[in-house]
Amino acid sequence: MLLAAGIGLFMIGDAGVLAALLGVVVLGFAAARVPWRLAVRQVGIALPFLLLIVLVQGLVEGWGSALVVGLRILTLLALAGLVTLTTRAEALIDVVERALTPLKPLGVRPERIGMVVLMTIRFVPVLREHADAVRDAQRARGVERSFVFLTPLLVKTLRTADGLAQALDARGVDPGRAARQR
Amino acid sequence: MRTRDLAYVAVFAAIMVVLGLFPPIAVGPIPITAQSMGVMLAGSIIGARRGALAMLVVALMAAIGLPVLSGGRGGIGVVLGPTGGYIAGWIVGAFVVGLITERVWTRYNIGWAILANVVGGILVVYAFGIAWYAILSGQSVVLAAAQNAVFLPGDAIKVLIASAVAVAVRRAYPVIEAAPQRA
Repeated sequence: MLLAAGIGLFMIGDAGVLAALLGVVVLGFAAARVPWRLAVRQVGIALPFLLLIVLVQGLVEGWGSALVVGLRILTLLALAGLVTLTTRAEALIDVVERALTPLKPLGVRPERIGMVVLMTIRFVPVLREHADAVRDAQRARGVERSFVFLTPLLVKTLRTADGLAQALDARGVDPGRAARQR
Repeated sequence: MRTRDLAYVAVFAAIMVVLGLFPPIAVGPIPITAQSMGVMLAGSIIGARRGALAMLVVALMAAIGLPVLSGGRGGIGVVLGPTGGYIAGWIVGAFVVGLITERVWTRYNIGWAILANVVGGILVVYAFGIAWYAILSGQSVVLAAAQNAVFLPGDAIKVLIASAVAVAVRRAYPVIEAAPQRA
């Protein structure tokens, strides 16, 4: 659905229609009872970027087109945020797996790819935790802000990945079969 | 591919997502992002096949609308849009970085690392990005390439960082197995 919405949004060039659509998405947030602050944060991360785009667009192509572009991106961000917040990761993975099923004859195994996507989503907060840990460790040794930061972060995370893989293997979870049992 | 390979792929796909959280600098229509560094790191550290697969996973996540691209972008509109060539370039770019890295693995050093990252992480990614952008925006390749020039200073820095990190990680925790025997 988000795919279609994304394409559709890029075809709409009218600011009024886009504003109305944004209103609908906001109502969607309300209907899903997403906490207000969480909703704002979804879009807030991208806000500086959005302002910059609008500014550049406004200076280069005029403010009318800047308004359209700004509204378009805002609506898409809000919609993406809404879908991600209200849809469990498994449901998203199911979509991926279903979308890839036609590729099966080519040797693509949708369940494995679904598994990797799930692991990726899980690794994002893990990376954050590791980044905090590495930073704390460096600060404890009196090292502030160092380029060497990335190396321990990567090594630590690769170790975690090893551990995860061993745990999966030990439990006999074949990524190729696990997904189907859900 | 074994479970461990899939886990590595997930790690680098996640790194791309995290690098995408850094706010991109919008210069013209194509944003400068930290993500091109992820392409280099993936190729240099987990090699050609796994690196390319990690990029493919990111592209896939972007296509189903997850906000994994820089600035929280995502959606098939972005993946197939005028800047989509860079995303296709990531996949091939990571593969090329990995390919070079694997060939020189036993004598890998900062020089090889820089060479691999420049060829795969800059040349290949640019080639796809520029060609695609020129076709979709109807601009001449020269004009598209000129717009692309603003990336060079940033990407040069990213190459240096990624290469230094790749060499250090190889020393501490080598993932790529010594040069493929079939070569």
